[in-house]
Amino acid sequence: MHELSLCESLLDVIEDTARREGFSQVRVVRLEVGQFAGVELSALRFGFEAVKPGTIAHDAQLEIEQTPGTAWCFDCEKTVTLEDRLSPCPLCGGGRVQPSGGTDIRIRDLEVL
Amino acid sequence: MCTTCGCSSDGSVTMDPGHHHDHTHTPAGQGHEHGAQEHDRHGQAPPPHTHDAHGHSAHSHSTHEHSAHGHSHAHGPHSEGPAHTNGPDHHDYGTGPARSHAPGLTQARMVEIERNILSKNDAYARQNRETLARNGVLALNLLAGPGAGKTTLLVETLKLLHGSIPAAVIEGDQQTSNDAERIRATGVRAVQINTGKGCHLDAHQVGHALEHLPLPPGGVLFVENVGNLVCPAAFDLGESLRVTLLSVTEGEDKPLKYPDIFHNADLVILTKTDLVPYLGTDMALLETNIRRVAPKARILHTGARTGAGMDTWLDWLKTERSTWLSALATQAETRAATLRAAG
Repeated sequence: MHELSLCESLLDVIEDTARREGFSQVRVVRLEVGQFAGVELSALRFGFEAVKPGTIAHDAQLEIEQTPGTAWCFDCEKTVTLEDRLSPCPLCGGGRVQPSGGTDIRIRDLEVL
Repeated sequence: MCTTCGCSSDGSVTMDPGHHHDHTHTPAGQGHEHGAQEHDRHGQAPPPHTHDAHGHSAHSHSTHEHSAHGHSHAHGPHSEGPAHTNGPDHHDYGTGPARSHAPGLTQARMVEIERNILSKNDAYARQNRETLARNGVLALNLLAGPGAGKTTLLVETLKLLHGSIPAAVIEGDQQTSNDAERIRATGVRAVQINTGKGCHLDAHQVGHALEHLPLPPGGVLFVENVGNLVCPAAFDLGESLRVTLLSVTEGEDKPLKYPDIFHNADLVILTKTDLVPYLGTDMALLETNIRRVAPKARILHTGARTGAGMDTWLDWLKTERSTWLSALATQAETRAATLRAAG
């Protein structure tokens, strides 16, 4: 639900980069979205369409790659990959797991003009 | 703009610290302390240095000088910068003009970025954390859905502390200063941030509010986030401790439905426990569900209306405060020893 402000942060980073790297147009924005990043991809895409008009990214396409979520299991004390936020540990079946990876959204690269 | 929750950049964020004093305003563009460097860092093209360009166009008072207010906090994108509509310290965000474009080249190429999308918020959060540590102030970020009892818990807490610990409160709500007024009625200073259509507080807003809430070392700053079980989870404000509240009226399965708001909590407070006999809430199930999504969080029960559990909560707070101050003191001693040894 905070996807819109995430998209504004994304634009900030793009504009920072544009000043540093000297480009005037962005064609593709590639993101890596962790499975446990707490974002809804459709809302993120919608938010990007909403914020990009009138900016350097007005023609940009958003390409999103999802990265798996990992978690620390308090029972078997290992880092495991979880299919779902509420899945039990695949190794020991324990329920006390704390997301440890795939919790953020990274801007990987831009294709620019 | 956001069809899901109405969260939008068009909303105006305002800040009201509840005290009104004369505010001198040098002509547009003067009296700003931050330089081009800070603008760069915060993603604003070096702009013409006028208030209009900074989204400060909504100033209702003709005179205002940022430097007089210690606005040394680096401003972020000034389209989100505060405009002061309801008094000198009422910050109004999101009224700025369109973002600027950078001139550039025409050749298609790849630019690697590899940055977290929240890197800007995180930079402000780091700044807040450093300021708080330097001042020896313990900050708590209180998260919960609307109506879980965040303000009631705070009001009762401040009454019980009765000034024994210096405290201040930042209140985040989309609209109204009702909560800040409830806090001020206890004699404690409060800044109200109205996020407009924003669904969470961010570190930039909190940084501005901090400027209005000086606290002595050992002070405790409570930041009551916008009532929302989803969005505030993603935004680090620079707090030392994250406290998530859930009232027993909300249902045992809420931790499973909204895990993100719980999973980084240091403490989960189950509020309104005095209502359990009327609701039949399964407290054991509720706690099991919390442990599932927040295995390391401590869980406490309070009924602020009756005072139940308040002593345990205050003990937790005092212990955390002592631990925090000792850790800061140790760091300072280590640094002092290093400096002496170098001398």
